[in-house]
Parts: sequence; C-alpha cells; structure tokens
Amino acid sequence: MSAHTLFEKVWAAHEVVPETADAPAVLYVDLHLIHEVTSPQAFSVLRSLGLPVRRPDRTLATMDHSTPTSTDQVFGKVAIKVDAAAKQVRQLETNAAEFGVELFGMRDARRGIVHVISPELGCTQPGMTIVCGDSHTSTHGAFGALAFGIGSTEVGHVFATQCLLQRKPKTFAVNVEGKLPEGVTAKDLILAIIGRIGVSGGTGYVLEYRGSTIRDLSMDERMTVCNMSIEAGARAGMIAPDEVTFEYLKNKPRAPRGEQWDAAVSRWRHLVSDSHAKFDASVDIDAANLEPMITYGTNPGMVVPISGAIPQGGDRAAAAGPVAAVHERAMDYMGFRSGDAMLGKRVDVVFIGSCTNGRLEDLQAAARILKGRKVAAGVKLLVVPGSQQIKRDAETMGLAQIFKDAGADWRESGCSMCLGMNGDTVGAGQYSVSTSNRNFEGRQGVGARTLLVSPLTAAACAVRGRITDPRELL
Amino acid sequence: MEPLDRVRSKTVVIASSNIDTDQIIPARFLTTTTKEGLGTHLFADWRYLADGSPNPKFVLNSPEASGCRVLVAGRNFGCGSSREHAPWALLDYGIRAVISTEIADIFKSNALKNGLLPVTVDEAVAQWLMDHPGAEVDIDLESARLTLPTGVASPFPIEAFARHCLLNGIDELGYLSSRMRNIEDYEAARTW
Repeated sequence: MSAHTLFEKVWAAHEVVPETADAPAVLYVDLHLIHEVTSPQAFSVLRSLGLPVRRPDRTLATMDHSTPTSTDQVFGKVAIKVDAAAKQVRQLETNAAEFGVELFGMRDARRGIVHVISPELGCTQPGMTIVCGDSHTSTHGAFGALAFGIGSTEVGHVFATQCLLQRKPKTFAVNVEGKLPEGVTAKDLILAIIGRIGVSGGTGYVLEYRGSTIRDLSMDERMTVCNMSIEAGARAGMIAPDEVTFEYLKNKPRAPRGEQWDAAVSRWRHLVSDSHAKFDASVDIDAANLEPMITYGTNPGMVVPISGAIPQGGDRAAAAGPVAAVHERAMDYMGFRSGDAMLGKRVDVVFIGSCTNGRLEDLQAAARILKGRKVAAGVKLLVVPGSQQIKRDAETMGLAQIFKDAGADWRESGCSMCLGMNGDTVGAGQYSVSTSNRNFEGRQGVGARTLLVSPLTAAACAVRGRITDPRELL
Repeated sequence: MEPLDRVRSKTVVIASSNIDTDQIIPARFLTTTTKEGLGTHLFADWRYLADGSPNPKFVLNSPEASGCRVLVAGRNFGCGSSREHAPWALLDYGIRAVISTEIADIFKSNALKNGLLPVTVDEAVAQWLMDHPGAEVDIDLESARLTLPTGVASPFPIEAFARHCLLNGIDELGYLSSRMRNIEDYEAARTW
C-alpha cells in the first residue's frame, strides 16, 4: 500500500472528478465561508444567471472586514461612519436573506472575524475542505482541514456547484523540533519560518507543519501558524489533528455529538501523514534557539530576531529579485537604515487583534504584560477581539479591565486595523507595532509603517513606547 | 467572456519584486459591491500624491506608458490578499497581460478567470524586458509563446484548461455545471 500525506488524504476524499492533463480536478467543498467584501460580485453572478446557492447548509456568512469596532456604531446608536462599508453590510444582509444563507449579522452574539468564529463554533473540523474569499482561510488548516483562499469568481463557482476546479498542489513538510523558549510564541515561530523559506518559498505547495514543537502547540497557537502560510506564498498550511484538536472541538456548538462524535473522532485519527509518505520539499526548523521576532521591512519575510539589526542589503529570500533595490525601497518607506538595531525604535500605535492573533490566548498573553502597567505616554493601544464570544470571555475573565486600566482602547470584534478598511487606520509615517499578518506598504493606512510581532511583544512595546524585548517584562 | 488568443503591445515595467495586491488595489477601495471602475484606483498609493495629483515619478503616469497593455514586473507579482479586485483593476485600466519570473497562486487563478494573461518567464527574458521598457512584445496564447522584438521566442507555462477556456471564451462555471451529475453522485456516495 502506498503512503500518503495528510494533504493527499483530504484531497483524495474530495475529488469529485480527478484531474487529467486537459482538465483540473473537480474538488468538493465542505464548508464555504463568506463575508461582505468578496461576496457581492459573486451573488450578482448568481442573480444574473438565475441560480440559487446550491448548498446553503454548507455556507456561512459573517461580516468582519469593513465593519466598525466602536460599540456605538455596531450597536446602532450611531450610524456606520464609512458610507461604502455601511452599503456593503446592507448588501450582505440582503444577499443572505434572498439566497437563504445563514448570516451572523452586525449585532449577532456569534459574529466575529470569519477565521475566528468558524473554529470557535465547531464548524471547522478535521478532514474538511474549507474555502473563503480571503487568503487567511489557511487558518483552518490547524484542524487538519484543507483550507484555502479563493477569488470572487470562485466564490460564485462554489455558490452554484459546491465545487471548484483545482490543480493538485505539491506538498512541503515544515519540520519543527525543540521547545519554544519562554517569551517566544507561535507568531515568532511562523515569522521565523517565513524568514527562512521566503515570501514565495511556499508558492505552489501545501505546507504541513510537523514535529514535536507543533504537537505541543494549543489550537489557538496552531491557528496562528497556519494563518500565515499564505505569507510564505502557500495557499494552505495543515497540521494533523490529535487529542489537542479533539479536546478543543468537543462540545463546541456545531461539533458532532454523541455517537456521531465518536465516529468522527475515529475517522479523524486517520488524518496523519503516513510514516513513509513523501513530500515534494521540506525544511527543518530548530525552535529551541528562536527569539521573539519582528519585521523591519514591507513584507513578512523581512524579519529579524528582536535583539538583532536590520541586515545590510536585505535578506535574499525575502527580497527576491533585484535585492538591493527592494531593500532600499523598504528602508526608505520605513524610515530605517541597514544596520539599525530594532530595540529602542519609536512606537506610535500598537494593534492587538486580527485573525492571526485576536484569539483568547493572544489576549491573555498581552494581559500578562499589561497587568498593573500603563501604556506609555503618546502611544495609542487598540485591542480588538477576534469575535464577540472572545470579547465576552475576555470581559468575564477580567482581561478587558486590565487593558482598559492600562489605557488601551477596547473594541468590538472585526478585522479592524489589520487592513484599515473600516476607518481604524494608522497615520502616514507612524510606526505601528501590530500582531496582524501583513506589513505591506499602506496596509494599515496610507503611509503607515507596520512592524509585525507577537501579542507579548506588542504589549511590551505599548508599555515602553519603544521596541522592547517582551522577556524584560515577563 | 470574450475569446482571447493574442496580446501585442508595448510593455510598461515596474521592476519591484513582491508587488502585493494591497499595492495593486489598496483595501480602502474594496468597499465597492461591483467590479467596475477599479482602474482609477490601480496602484493608487504609488500613482497619486497625497493631494490626489498624479505622481510624476511613477511609471504609469509617464507618456510612454499610455496605451501599454502588458505589464512587466519583478518576481512574486500579486502576492498577499486573495482580492479579485486586483485583476479587475488591472483589466479596467487596460492591462491584458502580466509578465514576471513568478506570479502568486491566487492572483494567477483570479487573473485567468478574467482574461488577464499571467506569463511566467525565466530570469534572462525577464532581465531583457526590464532593460528594454516599452519593447513591443507578442504573446500568443495558442502556442503559449512570448516573442520579443529581437525575434527570440520563449514558451511560457499555462494551465491547459484555463488556456482552452480563454481561447474559446468559455466560462469555467459552465464546465463545472456540466459535471453536476458527478457532483450529485459524489454527494450521494458520501457516508460522512
């Protein structure tokens, strides 16, 4: 019997029609997540063709990208400030009602960032195929699902047929061994991996994160790792499900129950790469020697250990192409110079949240540093929970009070300052230390300068008002 | 979709590598609910100054760029967000093909579905194109070959089915729908 990788097993189970030289595979989609930004054009296509959403029972809608995070705007005392965003929200309400799709709307207690709520509700399950018109759909791979981002045309394909035309990607083993040192988190690990393989090192591959370090991660941490697979160019990243996965999912509102749960778990236990399975590529990462990581440039591969300095001429893997020119452009945009130490650099804004680091454990990590401390004068700290459920949990556990006492702005859930669509933006030239996933030019606002870090590092930077090693405050 | 078999045009070159979709179309323009009119916002933060006037230093604002339908860009073009607004913006502006040594997966998939040709070439061809902005190139989809004005022709990889759909103006949804029987059989056979 031939050996198969986790990815190959999930792929094979969803092949409606296998691929040939002439045509891609027809791949079945178990769960289609949608949001307000990339779905309107797909609903328009359905309307123009007179087609229904074929499987509304496999479709789930929420609003997160352009929604406000201020309580007044979310709960209706004040109108949504950004007109176009308000229109998108209304459009999704109309579309969901017309096509019979379940929607967690603006004031729903279950609303949140699409990649946070689906796992939280138990909708995301091992072995599933999950797609969404959003590149961070890779997050769900943490459960051993094959999950990837698609464009709006493909959103329309899934609406109409519950399938996608896909060429089978190659497989890439990311082997991580060793214990993460104190103060070094899953975010630091994935930033180090991207720094190692480069921002296009995963293009054409599905990554599988493996090894003792990965096994020791919680589900929240595994989601952080898989979330940023796309920042290495890989559409999907997966982790084999295990007891940690099953424990997380058990009793979640939409997870299977009773006998169905037992049957599901015994099925899920087979979702591991066979011991002799061959990967098309691999890399070995030593977790024990990692430090907290921080980006210095304008893509996530431009990253160094926090005690380090900006490299001369840039990191070749990150820059790719005319290396020096890309590095110089990034230095110019960021207002940095090659050789600069990262520690001690100025901080204007700190953002804690996003589908990368907006889950409960992320907030707990930030609170560990912020407890009994104050945000430095002149620094703005925005804490945005990944979902309304996380918001309630953080309030019950006292985390929200810690943030407020420290001087942070505590908000309703959403994508917020990760991409600044909803009006939560960073000013031109300002330095934003952010737990989000992209430090592209202008990502958090026109001219905004983003430095990607873990929640621990973000909190430490907020307290000191300078780039700070979080281990000094633990 | 209109059939597409050939793009012949002068090139415009943006040499930067890792041009992400946030540069191609910044997120604040994604609040639209249609595909139309995004060309105005193409490369908005590079193309316009803070006061909204054209940035004279940006290549798309140069007279030579006018009418160019082929964009030559550095490696890993279109990385980042899955927003299909990126190819929509390029097409609305008038670009019909993008040439690079590497094009990001989701962008490539989105481009093909809208009739924007992603053309991947080797370092030597890319370097020649970078060194000769404004070169008149011929991209023939039928033979999947890019011909430089020097006469040098290089084949480029393109997924067979996408090529077939582009050449014949076929919408992929039509093909998927034609497999509905298979889809129903698959659903009926699933025991989990």
